[in-house]
Amino acid sequence: MEKDQDKIISDVTTSEYKYGFYSDIEMDRIPKGLNEDVVRLISVKKNEPEWLLDFRLKSYRHWLTMKMPTWPNLKIAPINYQDIIFYAAPKERKNLNSIDDIDPELKKTFDKLGIPLQEQKHLAGVAVDAVIDSVSIKTTFKETLAEMGIIFCSFSDAVKEYPDLVKRYMGSVVPYTDNFFATLNSAVFSDGSFCYIPKGIRCPMELSTYFRINSANTGQFERTLLIADEESYVSYLEGCTAPSRDENQLHAAIVEIVAEKNAEVKYSTVQNWYPGDKEGKGGVYNFVTKRGMCKGESSKISWTQIETGSAITWKYPSCILRGDNSVGEFYSVAVTNNYQQADTGTKMTHIGKNTRSTIVSKGISAGHGQNSYRGLVKVLKNATNARNYSQCDSLLLGDKCGAHTFPYLEVDNSTAIVEHEATTSKIGEDQIFYCNQRGISTEDAIGLIVNGYAREVINKLPMEFAVEAQKLLQISLEGSVG
Amino acid sequence: MLIINNLKASIEGKSILKGISLDIKPGEIHAIMGPNGSGKSTLAAVLAGREDIEITEGTVTYLGKNLLEMTAEDRAKEGIFLGFQYPIEIPGVSMVNFMKTAVNEHRKHKGLDPLSASDFLKMMREKKELVEIDSKLANRSVNEGFSGGEKKKNEIFQMAMLEPKLAILDETDSGLDIDALRIVANGVNKLKRPDNSFIVITHYQRLLDFIVPDVVHVLYDGRIVKTAGKELALELEEKGYDWIKKEIENNVTT
Ligand SMILES: Nc1ncnc2c1ncn2[C@@H]1O[C@H](COP(=O)(O)OP(=O)(O)OP(=O)(O)O)[C@@H](O)[C@H]1O
Ligand SMILES: [Mg+2]
Repeated sequence: MEKDQDKIISDVTTSEYKYGFYSDIEMDRIPKGLNEDVVRLISVKKNEPEWLLDFRLKSYRHWLTMKMPTWPNLKIAPINYQDIIFYAAPKERKNLNSIDDIDPELKKTFDKLGIPLQEQKHLAGVAVDAVIDSVSIKTTFKETLAEMGIIFCSFSDAVKEYPDLVKRYMGSVVPYTDNFFATLNSAVFSDGSFCYIPKGIRCPMELSTYFRINSANTGQFERTLLIADEESYVSYLEGCTAPSRDENQLHAAIVEIVAEKNAEVKYSTVQNWYPGDKEGKGGVYNFVTKRGMCKGESSKISWTQIETGSAITWKYPSCILRGDNSVGEFYSVAVTNNYQQADTGTKMTHIGKNTRSTIVSKGISAGHGQNSYRGLVKVLKNATNARNYSQCDSLLLGDKCGAHTFPYLEVDNSTAIVEHEATTSKIGEDQIFYCNQRGISTEDAIGLIVNGYAREVINKLPMEFAVEAQKLLQISLEGSVG
Repeated sequence: MLIINNLKASIEGKSILKGISLDIKPGEIHAIMGPNGSGKSTLAAVLAGREDIEITEGTVTYLGKNLLEMTAEDRAKEGIFLGFQYPIEIPGVSMVNFMKTAVNEHRKHKGLDPLSASDFLKMMREKKELVEIDSKLANRSVNEGFSGGEKKKNEIFQMAMLEPKLAILDETDSGLDIDALRIVANGVNKLKRPDNSFIVITHYQRLLDFIVPDVVHVLYDGRIVKTAGKELALELEEKGYDWIKKEIENNVTT
């Protein structure tokens, strides 16, 4: 038996984080540190119009007056902003017209990650925007989508080509004053994806953005803006990975979604940033502001997240239900293993009448992991007949980890119906032994139990990614029960 | 098939099994009886490979191999099945998924390809009929919310699916109504072959009316203190364990 345990432990220490490699790509990096000149330099590097520089400077000046929030249930080592590189981009080659002009080393990186930069027939159902460090390097199927009037491009391109759309919507859901990390992002954001679905169009393929941190000492500050015009539909997926490094890397992103009348947006995340090593050294700080506005009546925004990576996750994908009859959903699985910490959840703000929201949160803690659910359901005075159903479950593997729930309710309308259910369960040695006795290995048993537990959320992912997510869940928990 | 020699085991430093020897041949059914807390379930758990029990002495040979060196899942795949006294609930994992994984792990071990979904479902259907288990149970999570009797029938169902060489049934008859008892017994009898064996742990002679044992053992305070034919079960039913306790005490004092 001892031998078996040793084997599991050695399996785990060798089956390290799969995406931890570093690619040697020729990079253009600016010096470390943050000040007004750095903000200007980023803007220059990106050839930006005046109005955007103003937005950045306004944000930066505001950020200087802010303090990092201390309310999350997280232990965060102090972050030295003068020690971070705020812009790093692969050196641009002239005339980047075709895929062949992309640095082969870059192409290799994305091949290794399994992200197709080439438009391949068998992957015709997914369009990809690939972002490495501070810039987007390639967006596939741009032309195919353009024929339907769908805009899917890097944020930088959108600033140049669709300035009116960007001006109108950027900051309309997450204002530059929103919170410490969102404000920082507004000052120094580098790139990200932009997407606009015109009126009446159902986007025929999954849109996805793949984020990769590659450079050392570099922060990643991307910004995604997704607009679904009236009667449109889009399903969007983001994935992310980073090399294994001993120091912590900061990732502070913003995602803004706007859904107009009768529009539906499904936003899925498979977050697999480097989680740090077994002792809790290194890993990405994932401090992200994601918010969607159900602006028009009967619009719908649905967040699905599978959070397995990052040393620390601080993230609350939220919905502002402004349109009457609008619907917000949040489905989440968050895993913390080893020394990972997560404080994640959502905020559903009911403003319109007959607005409905659903929250399903499944925390999984193993090792010394700490997992907190934090959610706010807010029903404003005029939101008659608002309904919310929240369910938040915690699953514990072992007895050194922790699960915490912080559900908040603010209801100002007496017609609201708000339901909350919570459970905590534990994968017991009894369950594992029962599986073992039927010929199922411990790792497979955990996989079965965890995937059963998380099924309700995984089922919400686009089919193409559900299987990946299942595997990821199992891998991220490997060795958590000896 | 199974040879246990002077097996001693303890849990958290407390000695529970105090020198057990047993020899079970292919095709035999052995019944183990004995008062509460005498170590019957502990013996079953040791044979199945539970890790929190420390083996302090003795050997167990199963089909010529050192059983104690094998992991629990390897023992299972080599044909040892334990019908749990208290079957475990696994919420969120459907019986179908659970059994499919188990059956295919067994097949992999034998060098066979996994069953196709339709073949697997056909097999489920056949075995469900064999043990007369309610169809609906198989679509629910493993043992979750099953009644006591349903859990026991589910153990027999799983046994039927996995076709073990050595099945250890730990009080599978407890909590069963008369019909269920007959079904469980029938299940066992239908699975009985000249090359497989059963260890049936029970408190009640009535099960042994249906499943006729070759040998009956009495386990008392971690030792097998009496071994005889099936009439021993009748005697125990009539007289209880006191006379055996007295016999032992007399042996100790004399
Ligand atoms: N995990 C444990 N920790 C401490 N003692 C234990 C543990 N498991 C079993 N025991 C003890 O070992 C002894 C034997 O228990 P076991 O379950 O094997 O008895 P049994 O013969 O199956 O009884 P029953 O007829 O009631 O099922 C009991 O005294 C029990 O309290
Ligand atoms: Mg028992």
